[in-house]
Amino acid sequence: MDISRRDIFKVGGKLLVLASVGATLEQITGAEPATDAYRMADHWWGMIIDIDKCIGCGNCVRACSHENQVPQGYFRTWVERYQIEEGKPPRVESPKGAIDGFPPLARTDLKSFFVPKLCNHCVDSPCVQVCPVGATFVSPDGVVLVDKNYCLGCRYCVQACPYGCRYLHPETQTVDKCTLCYHRLAKGLTTACCENCPTGARLLVDFKNPKDPVHEILRTHKVQVLKPYMATGAKVYYENLDGEVR
Amino acid sequence: MVPGVDGFMYPNEFELQWSVLIVLYPYITGLVAGAFILASLERVFNVDAVRPTYRLALLTALAFLLVAPLPLQLHLGHPERSFEMYLTPHTSSAMAMFGFVYLWYLTVVLLLEIWLEYRVEIVEMAQSSKGIKRLIYSALTLGSFNISPAARRVDEKVGYAVTVIGIPSAFLLHGYVGFIFGSVKANPWWSTPLMPVVFLFSAMVSGIAAVMVLYAVCMKLRRTPIDMRCLDTIARYLFYTFVIDFTLEMLDLIHRTYESDESFRSLDFMVHTRLWGSHVILQIFLGTLVPLVLLAVNQLWKYSEGARKAMYMTAGGLTLVGIFAMRWNVVIGGQLFSKSFLGYTTYKMDLVSREGLMPAILLMLLPFAIFLVLVKLLPPWQGGKAHEA
Repeated sequence: MDISRRDIFKVGGKLLVLASVGATLEQITGAEPATDAYRMADHWWGMIIDIDKCIGCGNCVRACSHENQVPQGYFRTWVERYQIEEGKPPRVESPKGAIDGFPPLARTDLKSFFVPKLCNHCVDSPCVQVCPVGATFVSPDGVVLVDKNYCLGCRYCVQACPYGCRYLHPETQTVDKCTLCYHRLAKGLTTACCENCPTGARLLVDFKNPKDPVHEILRTHKVQVLKPYMATGAKVYYENLDGEVR
Repeated sequence: MVPGVDGFMYPNEFELQWSVLIVLYPYITGLVAGAFILASLERVFNVDAVRPTYRLALLTALAFLLVAPLPLQLHLGHPERSFEMYLTPHTSSAMAMFGFVYLWYLTVVLLLEIWLEYRVEIVEMAQSSKGIKRLIYSALTLGSFNISPAARRVDEKVGYAVTVIGIPSAFLLHGYVGFIFGSVKANPWWSTPLMPVVFLFSAMVSGIAAVMVLYAVCMKLRRTPIDMRCLDTIARYLFYTFVIDFTLEMLDLIHRTYESDESFRSLDFMVHTRLWGSHVILQIFLGTLVPLVLLAVNQLWKYSEGARKAMYMTAGGLTLVGIFAMRWNVVIGGQLFSKSFLGYTTYKMDLVSREGLMPAILLMLLPFAIFLVLVKLLPPWQGGKAHEA
């Protein structure tokens, strides 16, 4: 079949008209997003954890593991139990990340408390800084995520995280971590760990929402982040955090 | 209790992320950088005595450089995506620069310098040989058959310029590897601005030692007498760089001990327990102090040729073991303690898995196989300056 220059111009012209009509229609109908649609730019997520409220039940670990199909032996969140005796290094344990809770204490006369841990979704994340291909990144709503279709599995980010929050997923061979249940956030839900905490020790917060309780808590309570000297801009704040916690 | 774990580790910290293959990576790049710097002594600084090893050092550097990316490639969870580092490098990542530093060093520095050095012989071989050999050498000429005295003068000038560029490039190659570790602020065992400098000098030490041993072994195999002036000079340079390297490492140690920050108790415990054998015995005593003494006595007293050879070979061999132990202690040691500073884990090396002992041994043998091919293709002891000395 011979195609003349005239034919090419004809088809090209038609396509051009179709494309401009399509673009105009899209502008008319689709420019305004639905009012309840999730807009990343409107949020800046973090978490507040009240140490005094945590009872070490492990519900959060189980919920996270179930919700996110976390591979066995790895943890997107875990709970540590600290026991502190004066003049001695703290005794810390987290059996299987506390997915089954904790055994009874051998000694009850010591200062003891639980510390839930998860990715701190840092603003200046060392993990994001070191990723050689930018597979790990901070989303516009402040969540540190990993693109598993892009991650090389070099694990430089695992080394760079001061909090031990990352691991190599044994099946995908890419790095995996807490996503702050991003799939739930986008639907207006809270994280699995927060939803399943029986005492409300964990609270998902949105720093960009002026009505969020985080502002009142930060204004009136004494809070701290883990390893502040690392200057990572951690967005997981702890209330009643003991100085021994690492 | 988790087997092999003492105290408290964060639950994701039990297994080590960087294996023996990542130990090989700085070890191999260090040998490359060190060998090249030794070669540049002759060319740029006109140290005539080391001429017999000039070409040998270049070929050693190339053989190891060709293998350098393999341990990294084998270690990746997705090796097929490694080219993304070239296509979409993350500019804030030190690791993203590896490909560029590597390619720069391989193509602009090493291949170019070797080509210029061997060009006359390549052209002669292309013209005098037959069959496949002719094809290979003709391809290696890259179409340039002009070996007139004027062309040679240009070669010499360009070669000199390449070496001058090559010295900072060699510094960059290995200083950069040190930076990959030294910039990880989460890990106090790694995080020190001294790391790139220590890596650089230890690279020079290992590269010089490797060429020294390789030269002696090659001469032995070829039943050719060793040029003792050359060996003495290399040993002297090895001693000088070793003194600087050891001083820097001790400075780091003293600084850490004196400062005694939060991590010190944990790291100190590690050195006295899990790393005692590899750090104190292998790296510091056998791998540093013994070779330093062997090299130092040769600067003070004159020994017989046989005794000197034996001392140099012992010192060289131990140095290579010691620098390997140093890489091991950095890479593996840096992952044996918890970032909570409250516990320690154990490295269990597999035998035949992708990141196990067998691939590591094969990767360490591969440069020698490549070296044999290179020596066959581009003999470092025929013609040229290497032969004159």
